[in-house]
Amino acid sequence: MSAAKKLNLTLKVWRQKNGNAKGNLETYPLADISPDSSFLEMLDILNNGLIDKGESPVVFDHDCREGICGSCSLYINGEPHGPARLVTTCQLHMRSFKDGETIYIEPFRAKAFPVIKDLMVDRSAFDRIQHAGGYISVNTSGNTQDANSIPIEKEDADEAFYSAACIGCGACVAACKNASASLFVAAKVSQYALLPQGKIEAKDRVLNMVKQAEKEGFGPCSNTGACEVECPKGISIENIARMNREFLSASITK
Amino acid sequence: MSKLDSKVPKGPLKDKWTNYKNNINLVNPANKRNIDVIVVGTGLAGGSAAATLAELGYNVKAFCYQDSPRRAHSIAAQGGINAAKNYQGDGDSTYRLFYDTIKGGDYRSREANVYRLAEVSSNIIDQCVAQGVPFARDYGGLLDNRSFGGVLVSRTFYAKGQTGQQLLLGAYSAMNRQIAKGKIQMFNRHEMLDVVIVDGKARGIIARDLVTGNIERHSAHAVVLGTGGYGNVFFLSTNAMGSNVTAAWKAHKKGAYFANPCYTQIHPTCIPVHGTQQSKLTLMSESLRNDGRIWVPKNLKDAEAVRNGSLKAVNIEEEDRDYYLERRYPSFGNLVPRDVASRAAKERCDAGYGIIANDTNEGVFLDFAAAIQRYGTEEALIKGISNPTQEEITSLGEKVIENKYGNLFDMYKQITDDNPYKTPMRIYPAVHYTMGGLWVDYNLMTNVEGMYAIGEANFSDHGANRLGASALMQGLADGYFVLPYTIGDYLANDIRTGKISTDSPEFVAAEKKATDEINHLINNKGSKTVDYFHKKLGLIMWNKVGMARTTVGLNEAISEIAALREEFYKDVRVPGESNELNQELEKAGRVADFLELGELFARDALEREESCGGHFREEYKTEDGEALRRDAEFAYVSAWEYTGKPSDAILHKEKLDFENVELKTRSYK
Amino acid sequence: MENSKTSIIRKVLMALSGLFLVIFLLQHLMINSLSVINPDSFNEVSHFMGTNPAVQFLLQPILIFGVILHLVMGIIIEQQNRNARPIKYAFSNAGANSSWMSRNMIISGITVMLFLGLHFYDFWFPEIDIKFIQGDMSGMLEGETDFRYFKELQHKFVSPVRMGIYCLSFVFLSLHLLHGFQSSFQTVGFKNRKYAPTIEKLGNIYAVAVPLGFIIIALFHFINSSH
Repeated sequence: MSAAKKLNLTLKVWRQKNGNAKGNLETYPLADISPDSSFLEMLDILNNGLIDKGESPVVFDHDCREGICGSCSLYINGEPHGPARLVTTCQLHMRSFKDGETIYIEPFRAKAFPVIKDLMVDRSAFDRIQHAGGYISVNTSGNTQDANSIPIEKEDADEAFYSAACIGCGACVAACKNASASLFVAAKVSQYALLPQGKIEAKDRVLNMVKQAEKEGFGPCSNTGACEVECPKGISIENIARMNREFLSASITK
Repeated sequence: MSKLDSKVPKGPLKDKWTNYKNNINLVNPANKRNIDVIVVGTGLAGGSAAATLAELGYNVKAFCYQDSPRRAHSIAAQGGINAAKNYQGDGDSTYRLFYDTIKGGDYRSREANVYRLAEVSSNIIDQCVAQGVPFARDYGGLLDNRSFGGVLVSRTFYAKGQTGQQLLLGAYSAMNRQIAKGKIQMFNRHEMLDVVIVDGKARGIIARDLVTGNIERHSAHAVVLGTGGYGNVFFLSTNAMGSNVTAAWKAHKKGAYFANPCYTQIHPTCIPVHGTQQSKLTLMSESLRNDGRIWVPKNLKDAEAVRNGSLKAVNIEEEDRDYYLERRYPSFGNLVPRDVASRAAKERCDAGYGIIANDTNEGVFLDFAAAIQRYGTEEALIKGISNPTQEEITSLGEKVIENKYGNLFDMYKQITDDNPYKTPMRIYPAVHYTMGGLWVDYNLMTNVEGMYAIGEANFSDHGANRLGASALMQGLADGYFVLPYTIGDYLANDIRTGKISTDSPEFVAAEKKATDEINHLINNKGSKTVDYFHKKLGLIMWNKVGMARTTVGLNEAISEIAALREEFYKDVRVPGESNELNQELEKAGRVADFLELGELFARDALEREESCGGHFREEYKTEDGEALRRDAEFAYVSAWEYTGKPSDAILHKEKLDFENVELKTRSYK
Repeated sequence: MENSKTSIIRKVLMALSGLFLVIFLLQHLMINSLSVINPDSFNEVSHFMGTNPAVQFLLQPILIFGVILHLVMGIIIEQQNRNARPIKYAFSNAGANSSWMSRNMIISGITVMLFLGLHFYDFWFPEIDIKFIQGDMSGMLEGETDFRYFKELQHKFVSPVRMGIYCLSFVFLSLHLLHGFQSSFQTVGFKNRKYAPTIEKLGNIYAVAVPLGFIIIALFHFINSSH
């Protein structure tokens, strides 16, 4: 909207034909980018230029482009979702960058997130962690008890909501020096642990989800707090403390 | 009798669904194990349906184009979900929710379906709470409600500004439980390319594995489409980038009727287009209109000065501002329904008063200055500050506004780099939801046997305009509580069928057709990108089939879209190969279908010679420029039959009978 | 038990052994500071610690077990850490989201371990040799009536090189503790909004004060012994 000065940039983009191929950083100059463009729109422009030149466009995950679906990823200038805080890549705008800047764009890296192509990675490990226990075993009969029959303390309900706000983007894994999924697993474990409905299966849930995460190849938690800083939804590592508590007490009895 | 049998059960409105459930055929648990169901799409409708069908014992194969079912675009819904719980004791009831929905839809929906929706709405909340959905609660620990979309009761349940995400995660968790048990086989990053009809019944789909490019055949005893709406035909919308019409359109081409394609909801408060490179529009919650005043400059030269940056909004004197909603609709003011507010903004911008320097000057101000002053003065009184300074009032007022809308203001600032506390927001309407979709009967089955459409993908419950917080309600109602009954009634006849083979000629032919289409796109080697065509289509749709439609414009749109489609097939360039991950190829397939749907969309709008809900024809308005419904001639559902190309589609009409409500004209003056 | 193979349990063992070492370190510092305040008491306490069977045969093995557990778990976890990301980022800006200390516990930890080797060589091995191999439990040099501990201590800090190594190692110990102290509370789950600020403050004070105390003592003896 503003008539701000257009940006000229140098992009260093990870290109990799498929999961088995060797990848490398390619350099692309890009001119005349509006500071009002979103980061992904900037990549759209790059891609349309590449197609016009007969080259293959850069593949990256994206969908809702309003910061909630968790599809977009990208490790931008050494941080997941780039330098801005509490936003996903799709909400990152080019005004966060300077004219003439070189921008490194890499995929989220983890053993458990293998590259599919270019900047797109396979995050299905997150799904499998949820299969291991990320649910409450209740049938959709429509005959459950009335929603107001169990009052829940507002503080717990709010806390459960803050944990449930996780969009499953994987920035926590990408930011962590050990590619740990602790924040992701802890957010889910916490949401249910805080609600009376979730307490019934709490022990099995935390044991199974944590073990599945390790099986997937995510690393241990070193409590660096990087995940919390980079999480676009601001999920607190307090959840990890809670998960560890739950895990310890479950381990003692199960 | 028309070819369209809605199969609405006989009897009084309030007993229909109960009687229906008492009399349908059931499938015994042992037999359910031998029956396969395909569910395409994993949003609220598809996800809840897949989970429930698997719980019942059917073998479910679920498909989504995203990398996880949790990412379907239902996740983006902000506001809330309606349910006639009457927890607030403010007089809500099933009937009132039913009535509000029928009236809000401008009397273009089917009574029986809407009543059933209102009836099961309470169950949704019970179900979601049992699943661990963290709805907002009050200090007593009970569920909180808010009021929404101009209705007279507080019936909207919410989870901060993320109700859609929390409900979807609930459905996703129910799916996870079934995936873990092996009852749902999940196909992520798969896109449905065609439905396969064997002996007149839907028996499977052709899908493309988006990672490998493999074309796969999948068979089942029934196919359920929960594939969402088609707002992306406008290119710019609040839909996700991948939201598409392909599944529904391919079903349409295989015989399913497409109903009311022209009913589009345009949401009045979105962040305006900033330039030609924009890919996506972002919604700002409707709740902002409670405190924001919408205006444009009164003088053309001021509007121009604002556009070229030489005049700031805050420097325009009060008497030089046109608060056009307050002027035109003194009793509802800024709180008129979505369609009315949207059209009024367009009217001002068309007249040259728009305040954004894009091609069409599309933008108006949403101003909180008055609210800030009002709240500030109140706060000063409450706090006992006598003779507060102007700064004190402003700062107190901003605090109040921040408490109410802080997250929205932050989002606005993030996207636009403007501070909405100090300068008015700039907003404009954007395409948000499509009420039209595949025609379905009371069972949610399309006119093709064994093919079901649920959620936004069908046309059934919202008529010509959807009320706020009702989309989530419909998606979950269909998936959790309606389809699982109705599909059982159909599948009861299939217990002896056995596995459906994927080697039949129908599967072979459908696969070949899908492969041929892909090869055509890949080998075309034209000169223009897919986005070029999509943007062009979007502009035609927006300018001629958008908020206000005319005979001339619609006719132009029809021929322009047909020509664009021809150009597309001649000149589109899709780089890469078919046997690899190829996002341009995915887009090309979707745009090809939008190019056909767009034409039918315009035809439907042309045929409907009245104005109702989200459909406004310039020729049909009252003397004051308000929508003019023509109930005697147009109280029907338009259901289009595909016969080879959109221009040859045949119109079938399902007459809408209103036995329980009286048709009235909406007035907001 | 399958649960014990998870990294959470391993980290909990790390945390608990770490907290145990934190307590030990405090005790060590207190005894050491006697060497500055009152050499006689230092000698007496040293002799008591070195000859008391409960200390020698119960507490000392527990301590050594704690050190080894901390070390072994640290190495196993480090291996797991490295496995989790086989391909590194070309460009990382980790400083934007986490502290150097938190990311480099293995470096500060190994440095402290190496120092421990030197420290054992300097004090522990000779003591074990004299007391349990040669069997001299007197705590005195032949023909003397004073305990030898204080003199030996002073003698060690004559060398500026050794003094330098000691001081540098304590800096690394401080870096290790700056993260390790509060991290261990987080790992065992004893951290939430209410206690976190207190734990962090306490941790920072401890992590600076204790190593600084050791450094001051080392410097004190270096300065005194060089005259």
